[in-house]
Amino acid sequence: MTKPKILVRGAGVAGLVTAVSLADRGADITLYDRAGRIGAGASWQAGGMLTPWCEAEAAPEEVTRDSANSIAWWSAHVPSTTHNGSLVVAPARDTPELARFGRRTSHFETIQGPRIAALEPDLIGRFERALYFPSEAHVDARKALTTLAERLTAQGHTLILDGPESDNTHFDWIIDCTGIDAQDHDPDLKARLRCVRGEMLLLRCLDVTLHRPVRMLHPRIPIYIVPREDKVFMVGATMIESDDNRGMTVRSITDLLNAAYTLHPAFADAEILEANAGRRPAFDDNVPRIRHNGRHIALNGMYRHGFLLSPHRAQQICDIVFDTAA
Amino acid sequence: MEFYGTQLASRLMLGTAQYDSPALLAQSVEASKASVVTVSLRREAAGAQAGQAFWSLVKSLGVHILPNTAGCHGVREAVTTAHMAREVFGTDWVKLEVIGQGDLLQPDVFGLVEATRILTEDGFKVFPYTTEDLVTAERLLKAGAEVLMPWGAPIGSGRGLNNIFGLRALRAHFPTIPMVIDAGIGRPSHAAMAFELGFDAVLINTAVAKAGDPVRMGEAFRLACDAGLAGYAAQPIEERDMAVPSTPTLGLARGLAVE
Repeated sequence: MTKPKILVRGAGVAGLVTAVSLADRGADITLYDRAGRIGAGASWQAGGMLTPWCEAEAAPEEVTRDSANSIAWWSAHVPSTTHNGSLVVAPARDTPELARFGRRTSHFETIQGPRIAALEPDLIGRFERALYFPSEAHVDARKALTTLAERLTAQGHTLILDGPESDNTHFDWIIDCTGIDAQDHDPDLKARLRCVRGEMLLLRCLDVTLHRPVRMLHPRIPIYIVPREDKVFMVGATMIESDDNRGMTVRSITDLLNAAYTLHPAFADAEILEANAGRRPAFDDNVPRIRHNGRHIALNGMYRHGFLLSPHRAQQICDIVFDTAA
Repeated sequence: MEFYGTQLASRLMLGTAQYDSPALLAQSVEASKASVVTVSLRREAAGAQAGQAFWSLVKSLGVHILPNTAGCHGVREAVTTAHMAREVFGTDWVKLEVIGQGDLLQPDVFGLVEATRILTEDGFKVFPYTTEDLVTAERLLKAGAEVLMPWGAPIGSGRGLNNIFGLRALRAHFPTIPMVIDAGIGRPSHAAMAFELGFDAVLINTAVAKAGDPVRMGEAFRLACDAGLAGYAAQPIEERDMAVPSTPTLGLARGLAVE
């Protein structure tokens, strides 16, 4: 079989993971993004949490099921993937939220003060109880996307980030991973895809060390904090039914900072490095879908599960292209 | 049941926030047979047009829409939000929330009365979210409200009807005003109790949206509303301090069981 020539449109997490997965199977890839850079859409603001079991709290079963191999995929392709599990806590007044979270999820241990302190010494004395998901992992979203792009370049594939899309007639397959922008060229998606706005902060806090993502539950403003390198923390994320594309609002900054401060008062002295907003593309059940029509395949609606579900959906696309569906 | 001259088939009203997905919201509304859904303009979107996709989904549910001013902490903010909602949803109904206390999300009843007056004068049909306080209820009616929405317990607390004495008194003082128990209902039995006390409707959000199975819980609330309503109509018996055997004791061979 000759190498299939494949054009992947959109260099966000869905496009990059699909391109790399197809390249792994021997395809000849051209990756194009009209924005002129990788991760121009929602993925650049992602938490990068690989937390399939935690996600079961608010996602249908199929999300957890389809993300079973996700951690292995990221470990194989991004060496900086961190396997430290994840932690879920709640302020004293919101402990019913912790019970609810535990009722809806699995693969965790309920741990008490001393064990929390052993895992995260900086949280000593702050929470009596936590849920610890030992098998979960996380990546630095931006670094991971960059690693995938570099891998494609190193293997001799083509990345077009600084010019018009090449003539697409000579490709065997065209795969659309353009996220919310797909609404511009697909009337069906214009009607069915919606935006769920998310806002995030990047903080540098010299006085706090965390080793894993920590979710702090709250009935209205649940947040998570994901540690990055160099004392940087990503704080996310709001969920607003809106296609508003402005920068982050004062309300959201206040909500997220208050929550971060509740997790640890030392965040009061953190430096705010970034306050950003992104728009997650989502279908009405918040589950990503693949559509296949001739040599055209489209993957969209990644919602807040881009890093978690892209490896699985990319595998399905490989199965279509190489006709290896089970 | 009637709100401002509009006949409603069901006594159950559902909030649209906090569902895991719009698809799940739609299925839950369907299963509950709710006739009204509330939608928050302020929390869901930063600008009037930006939330169109979600609002189209809500409109497509095919039930009456009651926009709310959830999260508004002042009269002006609530009034502005109500005007925005009228434009977006093309309805003059508004569930008016003016929050006065952050921890309990307790209504600011002074601001509520003021905002009710302003909005009524602007042609709105106001559904004020209030406490069980009688004097406040009277002021709200004077300000132009024709429906009252007293709380059962603080928003999202799931504690049921906290002050049954107060709610009974409120019902008894204003027997002809349509009243909806709004906030605090956690279980179907709480909803049934609201109807047994003579309330006209219940509004539920968290108890369905955050249930393990929201669709089934929507159905459970539908059944509970029917049960409570039928129970109220059937005139429950009075409570007594002593047991009353349901079979007669006369002629029971009293001495036989004893030696």
